[in-house]
Amino acid sequence: MDVWSTVFSFQDYGELLVLVRNSIWAGAVLGVVGGLIGPFVVARNMPFAVHGISELSFAGASASLLLGVNVVTGSLVGSVIAALLIGILGSRARDRNSIIAVLMPFGLGLGILCLALYKGRAANKFGLLTGQIVSVDNPQLTSLVVISAIVVVTLLVVWRPLMFASVDPDVAAAAGVPVRTLAIVFMLALGLATAVSVQIVGALLVLSLLVTPAAAALRISSNPVVVPVLSTVFAVVSVVGGILLAIGGGLPISPYVTTISFAIWVVCRIAGWRRDQRGRDRVADREQYVGGAPRLPEEPKVGTTA
Amino acid sequence: MAAGEHRRDHGGAHEVTAVQTPSRTATAPGRGGSAVLAMRDAGLSYGERALWSHLDLDLAPGEFVAVLGPNGAGKTSLLRTVLGQQRLTSGTMSFLGRPVRRGHRRIGYVPQQRLMEAGTPLRARDMVAQGVTGSRWGVVPAGRAERARVDRILDEVGATAFADAPVAELSGGEQQRTRVGQAIAADPALLLCDEPLISLDLRHQRGITELIDRQRRQRDAAVLFVTHDVNPILDVVDRVLYIAGGRFRIGSPDEVLRAEVLSDLYGTPVDVVRTMGRVVIVGANEAHDQTGAHHHCDPDPRTATPDEGRI
Repeated sequence: MDVWSTVFSFQDYGELLVLVRNSIWAGAVLGVVGGLIGPFVVARNMPFAVHGISELSFAGASASLLLGVNVVTGSLVGSVIAALLIGILGSRARDRNSIIAVLMPFGLGLGILCLALYKGRAANKFGLLTGQIVSVDNPQLTSLVVISAIVVVTLLVVWRPLMFASVDPDVAAAAGVPVRTLAIVFMLALGLATAVSVQIVGALLVLSLLVTPAAAALRISSNPVVVPVLSTVFAVVSVVGGILLAIGGGLPISPYVTTISFAIWVVCRIAGWRRDQRGRDRVADREQYVGGAPRLPEEPKVGTTA
Repeated sequence: MAAGEHRRDHGGAHEVTAVQTPSRTATAPGRGGSAVLAMRDAGLSYGERALWSHLDLDLAPGEFVAVLGPNGAGKTSLLRTVLGQQRLTSGTMSFLGRPVRRGHRRIGYVPQQRLMEAGTPLRARDMVAQGVTGSRWGVVPAGRAERARVDRILDEVGATAFADAPVAELSGGEQQRTRVGQAIAADPALLLCDEPLISLDLRHQRGITELIDRQRRQRDAAVLFVTHDVNPILDVVDRVLYIAGGRFRIGSPDEVLRAEVLSDLYGTPVDVVRTMGRVVIVGANEAHDQTGAHHHCDPDPRTATPDEGRI
């Protein structure tokens, strides 16, 4: 079948593999970034923010394509501005969502304008939205690794206070955790992570890297160590697997990446459903036999003693 | 069952910690150093509207003070000022002899029960651990002593049976047990409780109350307990701070929860009925409507609206 051989082609695989070696490394690094930041994105209820930031990142990248400056710098500037705006203006979930909904179409429109004015290669345009295996050159790989390292190190340093502030902002604030500052630090890290992801998977599909693996991991575990490890494994498998499948066909990389991460999510979802059922049984058990509380004598009912 | 009249006849420890001062100033100003929390002439207002003013309060170690009053009287705002999240408009407040700042390691905070979302990557055990290591930088694993401490606290609050269950899976009572564990894990000098019994059934209300009461005795931690219904904690309260209509009264429950005192506070006749070991305040609704506020005092926890603005 014709379509099939276009989607999955492994001709001259060995030579191609050598050519995209940098891309595979880039993909693995992105997987680590996405896998580690993902649980925070979910815990802070921010998947929509990721989408908004990526559109502004797209606008920045298109503008720099038009102006002939470094695309990576452009997408970094766009996503950091978006992340800070969302972080500063939208501390409450409701405000945040409407701010994102305002920013996102504006960024997308701006990006489309820049691309329409751009007279260069059409593949560059399409790639910004849907991702591509551009031959990642060495300087590009270096900048990607450096930015990713900044994100990962930042996350590791603030890990515990950030998790505390993400799941329980009131209690964390009471314990002296700098909740506001951490929110801004997190948004900066998210802006950087989004900008580097846009380079490979494209602006429209960043969620499949920064959210889907974490959402899948959270379906099958609540262990604060297991979740980020699983989510990192899922993200790396999705990106690297996607690249390995994509290199033969000359199609965009994104459908491969998104399909793998979606498939992982579906499997986790099914496994998580059984886990939930067992959990409900255990709750019912505890309430009935052990109880959340030690057995206490019943208080006299009004009516019976009146 | 302990009827209302007998509730002051508890064990010796209780009598030691109880501060029985009829005046609204609890202790002499010179003793402010030994108090966990000391407020001097403290006031808070939003623009024109004064929530409370000229408030002098010394919280002794191990003392249990209930903060009562209708919704909107400024109970939660009081907690926010203690946490440094809101500034007093007048007067001073100090915690452990120093001016309050934004949050403190030695303040344990027990919020009202809320639904934890299914995607929360924590087990009950991790929530308690947050009380010990939650504000620590870096990812160095908790030490053996710290893990043992978490186990001990889980045991103390009766949470061992569900220690490894995801927090989203816990029942309301189990979640509040875990929250008390989280709050005491940092060995606090002060426990701030903001309606921790709301939306719990009677059995769990009593369980959580007993837990907080035991903890403050064992650890000598002062408790500031905001509630709209004093009944579940009536047996363990040392003093009551009743705020209404911009004014307040401090004293033992017997001194404050009286018809003439509350009538004076509300500015209209209010009756306090003691029945079946419960205290019911009658007429506060109408009283408050007449004073122009649109909040009400309702003894049924289920009808009270939770705080807005929670994400």
